[in-house]
Amino acid sequence: MLDVNEIKKDFPMFRKHQNMIYLDNSATTFKPDAVISALNRYYEEASVNIERGDYLLSHEVSNDYEDARLSIAKFINAKRKEEIVFTSGATDSLNMIAYGLMDQLQEGDVILLNYAEHASNILCWFDVARKKKCQIAYIELTMDGEVCLDKLKAKLDEYGSRVKIVSMAYVSNVLGFKQDITKIAAMVHEYQALLVVDGAQSVPHMKTDVQLLDIDFLAFSGHKMCGPTGIGVLYGKFDLLDRLKPLRYGGGANARFDIEGNVLLQTTPHKFEAGTPNIAGALGLAAAVRYLSDIGMDNIEEYEKELKKYMVEKLQELPNIKIYNPHTTSGIVAFNADGVFAQDAGSYLNTRNICVRSGNHCAKILHNLIGTDQTCRASLYFYNTKADIDAFVNACAELNIENCINIFF
Amino acid sequence: MSNMLKDPAILRELIMDHYKYPRNHELVDDDSYDSRHMASDSCIDDITVQSKIENGIIKDIRFDGVACTISTASTSIMSELLKGKSIDEAKKIMENYFNMMDEKPYDEELLEEAIAMMNVHRQANRIKCATIGWKAMKEMIDKE
Ligand SMILES: Cc1ncc(COP(=O)(O)O)c(C=O)c1O
Repeated sequence: MLDVNEIKKDFPMFRKHQNMIYLDNSATTFKPDAVISALNRYYEEASVNIERGDYLLSHEVSNDYEDARLSIAKFINAKRKEEIVFTSGATDSLNMIAYGLMDQLQEGDVILLNYAEHASNILCWFDVARKKKCQIAYIELTMDGEVCLDKLKAKLDEYGSRVKIVSMAYVSNVLGFKQDITKIAAMVHEYQALLVVDGAQSVPHMKTDVQLLDIDFLAFSGHKMCGPTGIGVLYGKFDLLDRLKPLRYGGGANARFDIEGNVLLQTTPHKFEAGTPNIAGALGLAAAVRYLSDIGMDNIEEYEKELKKYMVEKLQELPNIKIYNPHTTSGIVAFNADGVFAQDAGSYLNTRNICVRSGNHCAKILHNLIGTDQTCRASLYFYNTKADIDAFVNACAELNIENCINIFF
Repeated sequence: MSNMLKDPAILRELIMDHYKYPRNHELVDDDSYDSRHMASDSCIDDITVQSKIENGIIKDIRFDGVACTISTASTSIMSELLKGKSIDEAKKIMENYFNMMDEKPYDEELLEEAIAMMNVHRQANRIKCATIGWKAMKEMIDKE
């Protein structure tokens, strides 16, 4: 098991905010010293550009940047490091995938989504569908947010070869259901469609093996996995990635060009990284991946599962709390207190030093499924403890409208 | 200002009452009303405010939507407070209300029940809840 009290010592945020109970890890996570010093080391000791300088330091930093790519490739078990593109985050990656595939779509093609998706895995598809006169269709979900294979099959049968893309979160940011991606991928591929996976809420919390899962494209963010903000990853199977159209053009992404407008692009993945990349971010993300791997992704997943179970059990003892996703295994709990608007509950918990997030969590069409627009969300990471949960549950017991108004007096 | 209105217990009751029984809480289907839909990603409140302004007088204010205690109560109080006022009077009240939110000096007398919101700045992230309906109304008045 994890020694969480030792782990907490790695995080300056816990040193600064000793009484803070941070349960908003789906939004972003704290950074360990190892990540912060990787950033500082770049800025303080090696602050030069990559792939341009004729001096040794530039060469060394270029190597470090490519090593960072390799660490990410290993972390998700990509076949080769050229399948890894550094982006600014999951949103950026998903946009690059959607617009990058646009030229391969034709009028009448179908893109399959579902109602639990984050805005970042919906809005880019809406726009691409509008531009290419494609159709968006939604796979039905169970109450837990599961994409059932028979429902997926029903849609694939309904639209047949018109389905070109299926895009879904491995773990949804509201209900936290972990989809059976291996089986989903097999079915999607049987119908010759591409499977795009939003890994923003999965990659930070469990082992990801893109080969085993047979994912075509994967998107995730560094900041949700102890890494810096402004860095993320787009993974694509090499042939598919190579055929993706880059969205941005400029320095670093071209090999040569002439005044006639002839451009020879760099090879994949460099052709997707026009401009000076987020070098510090990439080095910081590599440090985060090392940090997580040292703890062990399986250990993290198992520990969070145990915490989630504990949290659900404790919350279920409270008559005033309704949980929307008691059965999902990831560390996300969506709940409301009777008669209390989610934001009022969030503010009350804030006065008890507990950070949760209230709202529709960017999944604005989910209310069709769970029958409410607004929920509070408590989301765990490996540095949370049962003591955090006890304090949270005690505060939840006090959630009623009077207490929520009292905080203003 | 009567001291009664400074008693926290009474202010609390006021918020509760306007939350549970919001006034003017029904939209009308009438072209003579102007309307503003306020929704933002950072604030989960989603409300619509309607107003009927004629000859420089605010004849009616209505609102509806999904909202927290503070945005519901503050908009409800606003609808009662500004109804019947001239645009100039309303502007003055609004200025004082926004000053209260910003912790600047304000005239309590003018704000009447709206001073129930005097402490919202203590939960700074909720100021947007206490101003969402007021901002909608301000947009409509500024347009006049
Ligand atoms: C499922 C999911 N997808 C995508 C994103 C977007 O991530 P980012 O804001 O880092 O681009 C998030 C973040 O909240 C998410 O939870």
